[in-house]
Amino acid sequence: MKQNYSIFTLVRNALNYHQDWQEAWRSPAPKPEYDVIVIGGGGHGLATAYYLAKEHGITNVAVLEKGWLGGGNTGRNTTIVRSNYLWDESAHLYEHSLKLFEGLTQDLNYNVMFSQRGLMNLAHTQHDMQALRRRVYAIQLNGIDSEILTPEQIKEMVPILDCSATARYPIMGASLQRRGGVARHDAVAWGFARKADERGVDILQNTEVTGFRIENGVVKGVETTRGPIGAKKVGIVVAGHSGVLAGMAGFRLPVESHPLQALVSEPIKPILNTVVMSPQVHVYVSQSDKGELVLGAGIDAYTSYAQVGSPFIIENQLNALTDLFPCFGRLRMLRQWGGIVDTCPDASPIIGKTPVENLFINCGWGTGGFKATPGSGNVFAHTIARGEPHPLAVPFALDRFTSGYLIDEHGAAGVAH
Amino acid sequence: MLLISCPYCGPRDEHEFSYGHEAHIARPTLEQQQTMSDAEWADYLFMRKNPKGVHFERWVHSRGCRQWFNVARHTVTHEIIKVYPMGEPAPNLEQK
Repeated sequence: MKQNYSIFTLVRNALNYHQDWQEAWRSPAPKPEYDVIVIGGGGHGLATAYYLAKEHGITNVAVLEKGWLGGGNTGRNTTIVRSNYLWDESAHLYEHSLKLFEGLTQDLNYNVMFSQRGLMNLAHTQHDMQALRRRVYAIQLNGIDSEILTPEQIKEMVPILDCSATARYPIMGASLQRRGGVARHDAVAWGFARKADERGVDILQNTEVTGFRIENGVVKGVETTRGPIGAKKVGIVVAGHSGVLAGMAGFRLPVESHPLQALVSEPIKPILNTVVMSPQVHVYVSQSDKGELVLGAGIDAYTSYAQVGSPFIIENQLNALTDLFPCFGRLRMLRQWGGIVDTCPDASPIIGKTPVENLFINCGWGTGGFKATPGSGNVFAHTIARGEPHPLAVPFALDRFTSGYLIDEHGAAGVAH
Repeated sequence: MLLISCPYCGPRDEHEFSYGHEAHIARPTLEQQQTMSDAEWADYLFMRKNPKGVHFERWVHSRGCRQWFNVARHTVTHEIIKVYPMGEPAPNLEQK
């Protein structure tokens, strides 16, 4: 039994000079066979394992991670959580995730520092305003909170925004999702890992999948750098490397891998108490609890697996930032990173079956996967456990590219892709 | 930042160019189109190789001579291995 994290355990361990903390998860040797293998120890993979154990009673599960937990995009994003999507299918999926986020700290007994500080999307032209109204009304019809702000209200909420008429990109209005915000990305991965481990899931780090064992079109297990491991079912949750894994299993995906860069400024006193996004000027920014500004924008155009991008992409982000917030002009940037995101032609994820039986895939989250972490794991666990897609995941099956039922969230999501 | 050698203008900075994604995807002929299944259409329209390694891709010198050309580029090192004209088949790089 895992010890519970609480103020009392904190005090007790403080008195013991923090010598007696339990390990958060075990590092077991791989078993010869599992009921389910989840490939990928990022947030989505760990959430999948957790919900398999918690909601479907499948505890003979392994999570295989080639590096360390949350070392990929889970640790390389801008931690924004929101559900303000235009199309019904996306709105329901992301709202499912947002609702899970709202109870996640209690559910995991791990403080994921989910801060619903609100999320603002700026509009700079008449066309922006029209698209914004359409989106806000669609979101409201789906029962999700969303409202339209006037420039005066924006100015009141974020006084440092350049709301003047002479701004290079004048601010004409904004949409606001008050329940949106940010969460601690590492904590989400660690919280899921700890609770999944408590329910018997084996988390195998430094275990890279090098191939699949497929017999007569049915997956029987995986080859890894630590030897072969058998499995009744396998789920691929590897973000940027989805195409590589699909290639090992003998099929292709409508996915391209691109670098997405983000950066963090030196820490400053509290100045920005909400998330501000501008799809048009193209930057999104929030302030972390440490005081750093966390900002990101769009992907590099070319495909890459290098986890770095081109510097002019960063320059564009910073130009956008200082256009919107002139007072950030002399702020220095502390560090910068790139993650490899798997982008889909319709900017929506792929969740469900593959051409190989008992092999499932959850990918294509592109630039916005973090917000979906609990929801993605939840519906994917259902899909693996039952062998049939979760009702919310049905529209996101791989066969939508054959049927033509695309869920085009480019621009429609109101964010930079 | 990539330094791309435009076959017409010489080496130029990456941001003069626009990316054209995977090369050598042939549009089905009119004849093929008569009998193609939805899956074959999906394959042509959406499915991509997305390799971790050498990628054959198209670029256009959009802020220069506006000519299209093919590039063989490594997706991990970003090394540009070869630039070759449109219409030419993908080079066999092992001979190199």
